[in-house]
Amino acid sequence: MADQSQGRSNVPQGGSQAPATQTISGSKGLEFAEPLIFEMGEDGRTGVDFEDVHVSDDRLGGLRRKDTVGWPGLSEPQVVRHYTRLSQKNYGIDSGFYPLGSCTMKHNPRVNEKVARMAGLGDLHPLQPISTVQGALELIDTLAHWIKVMCGMPAVAMSPAAGAHGELCGMMAIKAAIQDRGEADTRKRVLVPESAHGTNPATAAACGFSVDSIPATEQGRVDIEAFKAKLGDDVAGIMLTNPNTCGLFENDVIEIAEAIHDAGGYFYCDGANFNAIVGRVRPGDLGIDCMHLNLHKTFSTPHGGGGPGAGPVVLSEALAPFAPVPYVIHDEDGYNMVEHEADSDAKPFGRLKGNHGQMGVFIRALAFMLSHGADGLRQASTDAVLNANYLRAELQDIMSVSFDGMCMHEVLFDDAFLKDTGVTTLDFAKAMIDEGFHPMTMYFPLVVHGALLMEPTESESKETLDLYIHTLRELTAKAKAGEADMFKNAPVLTPRRRLDETAAARKPVLRWSPLEPQAKAAE
Amino acid sequence: MRYLPHTDEDRQAMLKSIGADTVEDLYCDVPAKALLAEPVDLPSYAGEMDVEKTFSNFATKNLSPGCAPTFLGAGAYRHHVPSSVDYMIQRGEFLTAYTPYQPEVSQGTLQYLYEFQTQVAMLTGMEVSNASMYDGATATAEAVLMAGRATRRNRAVLAGGLHPHYFDVTKTSAKFLDIELVHPDSDPTHPALPESVIDLIDDKTSCVVVQTPDVFGRVIDLRPIAEAAHKKGALLVAVTTEVVSLGLLEAPGNQGADIVAAEGQSIGNALSYGGPYVGLFATRSKLVRQMPGRVAGETLDVEGQRGWVLTLSTREQHIRREKATSNICTNSGLCALAFTIHASLLGEGGLNRLARVNHANACKLADQLAAIDGVEVMNETFFNEFTVKLSKDASDVVEALAQKGILGGIPLQRLFPDRDDFANMMIVACTETNSDADMDTLVSALKEVL
Repeated sequence: MADQSQGRSNVPQGGSQAPATQTISGSKGLEFAEPLIFEMGEDGRTGVDFEDVHVSDDRLGGLRRKDTVGWPGLSEPQVVRHYTRLSQKNYGIDSGFYPLGSCTMKHNPRVNEKVARMAGLGDLHPLQPISTVQGALELIDTLAHWIKVMCGMPAVAMSPAAGAHGELCGMMAIKAAIQDRGEADTRKRVLVPESAHGTNPATAAACGFSVDSIPATEQGRVDIEAFKAKLGDDVAGIMLTNPNTCGLFENDVIEIAEAIHDAGGYFYCDGANFNAIVGRVRPGDLGIDCMHLNLHKTFSTPHGGGGPGAGPVVLSEALAPFAPVPYVIHDEDGYNMVEHEADSDAKPFGRLKGNHGQMGVFIRALAFMLSHGADGLRQASTDAVLNANYLRAELQDIMSVSFDGMCMHEVLFDDAFLKDTGVTTLDFAKAMIDEGFHPMTMYFPLVVHGALLMEPTESESKETLDLYIHTLRELTAKAKAGEADMFKNAPVLTPRRRLDETAAARKPVLRWSPLEPQAKAAE
Repeated sequence: MRYLPHTDEDRQAMLKSIGADTVEDLYCDVPAKALLAEPVDLPSYAGEMDVEKTFSNFATKNLSPGCAPTFLGAGAYRHHVPSSVDYMIQRGEFLTAYTPYQPEVSQGTLQYLYEFQTQVAMLTGMEVSNASMYDGATATAEAVLMAGRATRRNRAVLAGGLHPHYFDVTKTSAKFLDIELVHPDSDPTHPALPESVIDLIDDKTSCVVVQTPDVFGRVIDLRPIAEAAHKKGALLVAVTTEVVSLGLLEAPGNQGADIVAAEGQSIGNALSYGGPYVGLFATRSKLVRQMPGRVAGETLDVEGQRGWVLTLSTREQHIRREKATSNICTNSGLCALAFTIHASLLGEGGLNRLARVNHANACKLADQLAAIDGVEVMNETFFNEFTVKLSKDASDVVEALAQKGILGGIPLQRLFPDRDDFANMMIVACTETNSDADMDTLVSALKEVL
């Protein structure tokens, strides 16, 4: 088990190729041996100054806290230095190329951060009088307008907090529409292609639907015959990702839409990959009933190591009445908000989130849209597709491209090119880290064995792509030349070497604890 | 276009490598009738200066709480965020990182998530925490779903003092999954009696959800409710919208809570007109595999050095698909980082002092308001917000105060639209950001308005 005091020890960090250099601090060069925050500090220190006021127990209902919280005491410089050091153990899109397929790591412009922090935007309270937030509501309405025009859809629900939350919103709208038709007891099956994101089946289940999987063709697309064979009057809808997780456009999409509508079901599209087609294809023209947008991906808001995101959902005429509360309305008196189901002229299925949406993300996404404009967004998606196809063209002679033909904004390879080399997909990815690149997405989608999904995005220059291509060609040559040991050993130039994920899951240690016996033993 | 690096020469060279004549060839799989020939009908690109102007124009049409005496709470609180928090979260290595799928180059993210989990567990008095959720309301809904899985029961009792947004979000999740919700009426005119909740607990109850301080500001004693719930095999879900209160009030974990769902916005995060916020979710170790959301865990690397990874992913949607514990696939990473940095700056002493200043200011304001003719303070107990009954319609009063540049409170009917008996009541919150001058301004304005 872990040595809790290790952060303060003088065990050198990182690489093992060179002989370990012992230092008194444990740090090496500009790489820091940073302990946990709980292993630092002293009682009596603080990083925030407050007056030491006396309070009586009169109004606390006899429930004054008796134990200590246990947070360590640190000064401001200690805290700043701690988190600066932690940041230096991280790789972000500002650090370099991040071709993580399906995640869309594009440039995060700083003007977005600046405008999100403007007084009068960043500090508004969600329950201020409507008369005092006319600019905020206008902002939300403007963003909604841009989304509706780009998607060719009549309505958008703004409140979902993330992509998966948007899926939930879309599927709840479908469920509500089916209930409204009086078919809730019969239409309980949702069709989900094999290549779908794992959130799709989980979302369908969270709405009380059963999930029926549709196989993929050898061309990496929905098997339309298998799909049609599954249609029936017990089908609520289909959840399709387009462009799909193999990086391909579902060329039968219009036929799929017509067939599901003929069967009385609705067409949910996972719009996680909308960035491939912005300004070139409107989902509304494809017959889609609802689609979530990952604002943080398509319109570049920083993901901060896991979130937050925002997942507005565009809706067809058929589903628009079921959009959740709250929503913004506009009339001659200005902007207003419908906050309660009972106040709505439509049939909202309920409420999804504490307030009315991820305003901080909206601001950044709208700034990104305005910065590009209609012309720039169209050029951005085209460049994203161009970059992915360039990688495909320049790598297909050495790596095994999974599907022939043009790809969209991401390109899928599989690990057939590593056969008999002794190098696994994971090994290959870890070797890329030592070459200064963040690896691509591995082992997803599940439709191909040993998937390597690369998404360069429109932010990357030809020079960056050429260096990346050169690096992958060199690594592939090394793998084929029998240098498997180098791959097995990688990464070596990182703050930590390969981490034991199995042990972490088998005996989870999810927090630091002052009482852990191993910590005491180590002291 | 300043964000796009390609020159036309680059594009031509790349098309040549691909073997395509034009970019239209790249979209050959799109049905021809669905392919747009021209850009959509929206404005053209704008320079950085123009973008800033556009947002300045939006901002000037709002009344900023930073420029007005502000007494708004009810789930979102205006606290001071130290400058170093905002500075640190804007470091590109944090700001522009994705989910830590490659732990060797994501130790910064993973370590701060582990620190966040520890801080949340300590604050709530629980054993484990996840790496955050969308917000307090969605965390509460997930807690109810989790309690259903853990107890294999489908009837949840939600106490009347639960924030109506939290109730509504839970109701939305529940109605698609045939979970029954029992929700007694709320009444701030009486002391918060645990009996009204306890009487509803039966052998089919999966959990009891109790907010403290509740939406009216009252401090609720969870201990008798926990005892009654456990006696019937049900879990206690404790909800907190104002986590600064835990610097002064008994932690829910020490009062018998099995799950804590809370809003973490108060620590490190701006009001941001309602989002993004950071949902806190903590529970007992024995329930950890039922817990939704991401978690970071400790492990060792091949050299035996301590490090962190995302773990327990076997509960998640990408492995269990339709059998997953929830459909959630992300967390509020950056908001959690802001929480963690602010919490580290506060430390034990800072948190306690912050909580005391909040409570002292609220007590001072409550006493001043109670002295006004036409104002009655309803609460016997509170932390930093309370409900007042006015001699006039609260919505009108709040609007009249807004016209004077004061954000004076939240009319209860904004949250409870069908409760006509709440028409004259409003919720008033006080934090460390309220000066004596702010309070004087509110008091004299109220005297004029009433």
